[in-house]
Amino acid sequence: MIKKTETVETGSLPLELHDLTVAYHSKPVIYGIDVEVPAGKLVGIVGPNGAGKSTLLKAVMGVLKPTAGWVKIFGEDAKNNLRRIGYVPQRESVDWDFPVTVMDVVLMGRYGKLKWFGWPSKADRELARECLEKVAMLPYADRQIANLSGGQQQRVFLARALAQEADLYLMDEPFAGVDAATERAIITLLHEMRDAGKTILVVHHDLPTAENYFDMLLLLNMRLIGFGPTKEMFTQENLQKTYGGRLTILSEIAEAMGREG
Amino acid sequence: MTRTMKRNGWKPILRMRTLSWALLMLVVFCVVVPSAHAARPAEFVENDAWDQLMRFLSLRDQGVRLVLGGSLLLGLGCGVLGSFMVVRKLALAGDVLAHGVLPGVVLGFLWNLTKDPLHLFIGAVVSGMLSMAVVTILKRTTKLKQDAILGIVLSGFFAIGTCLLTMVFGLEAGDKAGLDHFMFGQAAALDHLDIRAMSWVTGVSLLIVALLYPKFLLLSFDEGFASSLGLPVRMLHQLMMLLLTFSVVVALQAVGVVLVSAMLVTPAASAYLLTKRFHIMLAWAAGFGMLSGSVGALLSFLGSGLPTGPLMVLTASVIFTIVFCFSPQQGIVIKHFRHVNRRRRVVLENLLKAVYHAAERQEFGENGMTLLDLAKVKRQTLETIQHDVDGLVRRGLATLSHDGDVLYLTTAGMSRAAQLVRNHRLWELYLTNAADYAADHVHEDAERIEHILGEATVRDLERRLDFPSVDPHGSPIPALSAKS
Repeated sequence: MIKKTETVETGSLPLELHDLTVAYHSKPVIYGIDVEVPAGKLVGIVGPNGAGKSTLLKAVMGVLKPTAGWVKIFGEDAKNNLRRIGYVPQRESVDWDFPVTVMDVVLMGRYGKLKWFGWPSKADRELARECLEKVAMLPYADRQIANLSGGQQQRVFLARALAQEADLYLMDEPFAGVDAATERAIITLLHEMRDAGKTILVVHHDLPTAENYFDMLLLLNMRLIGFGPTKEMFTQENLQKTYGGRLTILSEIAEAMGREG
Repeated sequence: MTRTMKRNGWKPILRMRTLSWALLMLVVFCVVVPSAHAARPAEFVENDAWDQLMRFLSLRDQGVRLVLGGSLLLGLGCGVLGSFMVVRKLALAGDVLAHGVLPGVVLGFLWNLTKDPLHLFIGAVVSGMLSMAVVTILKRTTKLKQDAILGIVLSGFFAIGTCLLTMVFGLEAGDKAGLDHFMFGQAAALDHLDIRAMSWVTGVSLLIVALLYPKFLLLSFDEGFASSLGLPVRMLHQLMMLLLTFSVVVALQAVGVVLVSAMLVTPAASAYLLTKRFHIMLAWAAGFGMLSGSVGALLSFLGSGLPTGPLMVLTASVIFTIVFCFSPQQGIVIKHFRHVNRRRRVVLENLLKAVYHAAERQEFGENGMTLLDLAKVKRQTLETIQHDVDGLVRRGLATLSHDGDVLYLTTAGMSRAAQLVRNHRLWELYLTNAADYAADHVHEDAERIEHILGEATVRDLERRLDFPSVDPHGSPIPALSAKS
């Protein structure tokens, strides 16, 4: 089901950020991020609230326009290669009373591949069913999404991302508010995807589990604190730098720029 | 279970589909078929309501057909576009748009002082989109919240429109007839050109919605995900707003500026209460919109001269009230009856249990129990007990002796009673064993649970507790088919 990603192609990196800076209302949120993510890695993005984790993901997809720097996805400009990105937004970002079924939501993962006036085909439906099966939600395919638990909602979002058949996955807090069984199921799935050559970036909140879950960590607090193998990154000093209060001068300047702009 | 749900779910949908087709055919008939008899409904002079009704229903006159066709068209457009607004929480934006088009309509008239549909249409669309643009700009550049912004723009544009309209009435020149209808709506004022314009606009809008349905659905449900796919989210939003403006303009003459937003929101809101799928909601909303439109037009026609807008909106509100009360899942009347039924069942089942307990105390030697004893045990009056016992007898769970004094449970009654007692004791045992409740804490909980435990859960409980025979208080747990 999870198609293998060809990683050998011209050695291009799944994700390359160069001097990436993003500002909301001319107030910078992330500063000059330089990262080169190698293929087939499960990467945890950790940092305190307001560190710019979601912003980083949105900038990668081009949903937020960077004020400086650039993003390359598999060696190409991000906006030309969006098809290779799969995205799991935060669960709270949608209205779960919306009148759609689980199946309808998963099919939306196929919409990026549709023509301008296209509707999802039978093959798309079949694929969506397989993705639902992968997250053990197939029996709920015809349910309205309002009748799902938090963990089930998260599985539906994962199935939708799987249906995108992407090579680089960006997930915004997939472990937030899910039960222990779902958390285990998700991490198993993520490992399986990684073993198939996918590259996965996961915004994560819980430090203790971060150490075990991820191959690499990206420590973020407005600027890049560090990026590397989990064992090397998970040091007292690094965590202190990431969580030990904001870098005062940096955030003061950001405030000032916000007022000016 | 899913199968029966599906069966029950499909029937109304099929019926609705037929109804929708019938209404669509009616639209085509009204709009297309020409007639030599071209009196305008406003010119009819008969006062006999019955004659008027027949005249309307028989669709003899082209005037009537135009009115009905226009009403159906506007209901269709408003229902479909309004549904998107309701699920996107943009219902009030529709209201802003409705008031925002008024200045444009009047300016369109001033262009060459005629009621040319094309000029009015262009004016309305431009000014409607302008009002939306102002909303967007205010939202981006200030920290004002949505409700305040909408309030400002709505009333501002409406004020401009009203001033312009009053000025136009002061003018000497021009054919102003019908321009006043833009306030409260008069379907009878629609002429052939209006209807042709309405059909085109509605047709094109619906075609675009059908072609772009997946895009619009995704935009409405999860805008962040839509933009992550690289969809032109902002453009799609603008397009949807343009289509919304179209449907507002189509409805304007018949419904009027003041109430047109109700035709967007009310049918869609009724549909929202009825279904779990968006495309079905669209169909219901379109159906409700067309129904409200045509019934409103009919009422106005019969009542000679009442503005159509309020009557259409009134019809839509009546439909909403009916749905609110009687919708199968959420209707409050239905919910109330379900609640009453459940309470009644619990009362009767508790009575069954009381008889079972009495029989159990006598080791099932004697089969009956007098109503007087039952009243004593339940601490209730004989009248109440009599009433409840009648319920049991009607349901075939018990019989009464000839003099009506002694109650006997039938086999069905006995086995239901045994089930309840078993549920109760199993649940108590489960709570004390598995959930570590103290034995004296579990009775109250079991009193509620016993009525709702299903067969599957009971078997599961039995298995987990290793087929127990005695509850925490030492009473025996009856097997599934207990017999005295």
